[in-house]
Amino acid sequence: MSIDMAQFHQVFFEESFEGLEAMESGLLNLDMGDVDDEEINTIFRAAHSIKGGSGTFGFTSVSDFTHVMETLLDEMRDGRRQVTQTAVDVLLGSVDCLKEMLTAIQDEQEIDEASVAEHKKTLEIELNGEENNSVTVETSAVETINTELLQADEDGEQGWHIAFSPHTHLLKTGNDPVRMFRELSGLGELTITVDFQGVPDLYDLDPEECHLSWDINITGAISAAEIDDIFDWVEEDCDLAVQSLSAKAGKAQITSTPNPTAATVAGQDETHAPTTETQSQVKAVKTANKPQAKKTNKEVAKSSAKGSGSIRVDTAKIDTLINMVGELVITQSMLSLVGEHFELNRLDQLKNGLAQLERHTRELQESVMNIRMLPISFVFGRFPRLVHDLSTKLEKKIELVLIGENTEVDKTVVELLSDPLVHLLRNSLDHGIEMPAERAASGKPETGTVTLEAYHRGGMIVIEVRDDGKGLNKDVLRAKAIEKGLIDGDTVLTDKQTFELIFMAGFSTAEKLTDVSGRGVGMDVVRRNIQSLGGNIEITSELGKGTTIAIHLPLTLAILDGQSIAVGDERFIIPLGSIIESVNIKENMINRVAGKGETFRLRNEYLPIVRMHEIFEVKTALATKLTEGLVVVVEGQGMRCGLFIDDLLGQQQVVIKSLEANYRKVEGVSGATILGDGSVALILDIPGLVRLSNQ
Amino acid sequence: MAELVENNGTELTEEMKLANRVQFLSFTLGDEEYGVDILRVQEIRSWEPVSRIPNVPDYEKGVVNLRGAIVPIIDLRERFGLGHLAYTPLTVVVVLQTQAEQGHARIMGVVVDSVSDVIDVEEKTIQSAPNFGTKVSTEFINGLASVNERMVMLLDVNKLLKLDGLDNEDES
Repeated sequence: MSIDMAQFHQVFFEESFEGLEAMESGLLNLDMGDVDDEEINTIFRAAHSIKGGSGTFGFTSVSDFTHVMETLLDEMRDGRRQVTQTAVDVLLGSVDCLKEMLTAIQDEQEIDEASVAEHKKTLEIELNGEENNSVTVETSAVETINTELLQADEDGEQGWHIAFSPHTHLLKTGNDPVRMFRELSGLGELTITVDFQGVPDLYDLDPEECHLSWDINITGAISAAEIDDIFDWVEEDCDLAVQSLSAKAGKAQITSTPNPTAATVAGQDETHAPTTETQSQVKAVKTANKPQAKKTNKEVAKSSAKGSGSIRVDTAKIDTLINMVGELVITQSMLSLVGEHFELNRLDQLKNGLAQLERHTRELQESVMNIRMLPISFVFGRFPRLVHDLSTKLEKKIELVLIGENTEVDKTVVELLSDPLVHLLRNSLDHGIEMPAERAASGKPETGTVTLEAYHRGGMIVIEVRDDGKGLNKDVLRAKAIEKGLIDGDTVLTDKQTFELIFMAGFSTAEKLTDVSGRGVGMDVVRRNIQSLGGNIEITSELGKGTTIAIHLPLTLAILDGQSIAVGDERFIIPLGSIIESVNIKENMINRVAGKGETFRLRNEYLPIVRMHEIFEVKTALATKLTEGLVVVVEGQGMRCGLFIDDLLGQQQVVIKSLEANYRKVEGVSGATILGDGSVALILDIPGLVRLSNQ
Repeated sequence: MAELVENNGTELTEEMKLANRVQFLSFTLGDEEYGVDILRVQEIRSWEPVSRIPNVPDYEKGVVNLRGAIVPIIDLRERFGLGHLAYTPLTVVVVLQTQAEQGHARIMGVVVDSVSDVIDVEEKTIQSAPNFGTKVSTEFINGLASVNERMVMLLDVNKLLKLDGLDNEDES
């Protein structure tokens, strides 16, 4: 084929990784006792598309491997094979192996042949071992779906009869029947009859439409897949009937329905007799179900590092965007009309127009931001597998409950959230949930529950990791912290502070290290990651009842609610979330520590004062005496302080721009933004400021 | 026919000449004349007030909004220790960009006294920068060119703009 296939590779990889995810979650959902046909179908379809795709792109190692999986799955689907835990585990292993293969191909690296061969062997053992036991239905199957090579017909006549009638728009999709015939002719001897009855009168003829249909007889030892490959691209744009010449009598018929209806889908689920099921039919059903599958798994495959630059967006979102741009254009033309012949009595019109413009701009901004939003299921999606694997390893019984998977979060947040969550989940599984016996002894159900819940609250997204395990023991935590020298023996800690000890570097209460967790390097990293995203992490726990870790994160990293402040003639933005209150302080509230450091008392709490004009060297500052200006009480990384500034200006949403892109990181500044007048204002980094003032 | 051949011949030599020539944008700082590779120049703007960045050297004037990008502005006079000159509406900012490394080019504006000319310099005639020891910072100077009996110091834009990154590393 003369088309450059490489351009489709990225799409293929994305789809394949999606497919793998679908297979994985499908396999995990399989209920041993009562197998849901639709579930197996989903897994099968995913495997089938990967096989088809990899075949098309010439990744034969992948397609060969998937073929074995597919055969196994097919037998399960037809009810010819029991779905066993071993089979599922073998399949899960193969999914992993496939993932590695695809990643290797994507990164243009060598595939680990040894591990592939090993997995393939396990698969084949699983396949053949069982096959011996279940030969009953097998024999009745004249042609199974996955019989790649049609067995040579006894009559000596090998070949296919293909009735190919393209839809009129076939040529517009860029497909050329002539090219396909040329390829067919490469497979075997070809006899083609053309049917031109559909051709309209010259007067009505649109030369870009295709009105011809063909009857093709092709002889030779050709597999169904080879024919299928050729018609792969036009499948949806034609009526295609492929019949084996030997089976023309009507034994095994392969038909393709161009517009598969729900009835076919439903019908197929009930059909267990493999005789009537044909490859094309499966394909047709596959296409019918694809949109659905896409909807649930629209997230971009995370595992592909290269793919992280692209994003898959719901068409509805784009449509909204287009609508909005349309309205914007209308408003703009209205405004320019007003501007062209402006009279004072049209002032109202102008004002209206401007108000509309403002609204549209805001809506536009929102929907553009919305494009970057991904459902959190992007991260949650892989946890069932993690829990499955870990609980087996730890010999615990654990159920994972996911709530609010459709909560949408900014792409960047989603990507950076993954690792911390994995860590928290591992902790819950390893340290939180007790062994079944232990649970039973304390009167809890043997199966522990870990809940992952995501929801929106006040412009933040909250993600909770809850377990009903043993909870944190405050005394143990305290003892451990003292032992490690993290706190003094006589330090008084609140419950909250005690729990927060686990976020300190080098803290681990696990008695022995496992390879799951317990090295004490994790939690501080988790907290740092969350904080670098502008979020915070809270922990609550009740001994014997369980632990809840809640992560609060901003919805997006690109826009921030800010409070603009003035120091002299300079403007700064303080993230609104970090402001607790603003106060005018009086002389009697001020205390000096060691003659230099200034603190002030606010409701029985002594807070350090950070003079903005001093640490930022603003020479034009109006207020130099603390009583003259304002003190904004801010909180960052658990530390509070008062920022001494000249004035508060106003609240506004600001678009965060990177300072580092062209410049570098500046201490005490997290970024910059462009104000309404086009000038640049710096966004303050509160924890950084506190650090700076301590120097 | 003969004419054609001749034409082709002259064109060829012209091209060969061009291949060895580099164009520089020259500008002045006090009495000195400097040049930067013209391909590194993005645009030339007049001075406009900047937003100051706290706790940085004096020569780093601050940042401006350049069509949505935050771009730092550096005073080359002060950078080279030539003293400060009050900014007037005639003060010029040359916006330079580095060669893209990993697909990302850094942009930075440098304040100069005035932009003078675009000069053609034959690559062969560029002298390497003399070494003045540590007294004069010659690290950004790529070479010296002589144009109409005047000496033009050719600056290495990448080094000039990269300096911040190095500073950054030292600080952190």
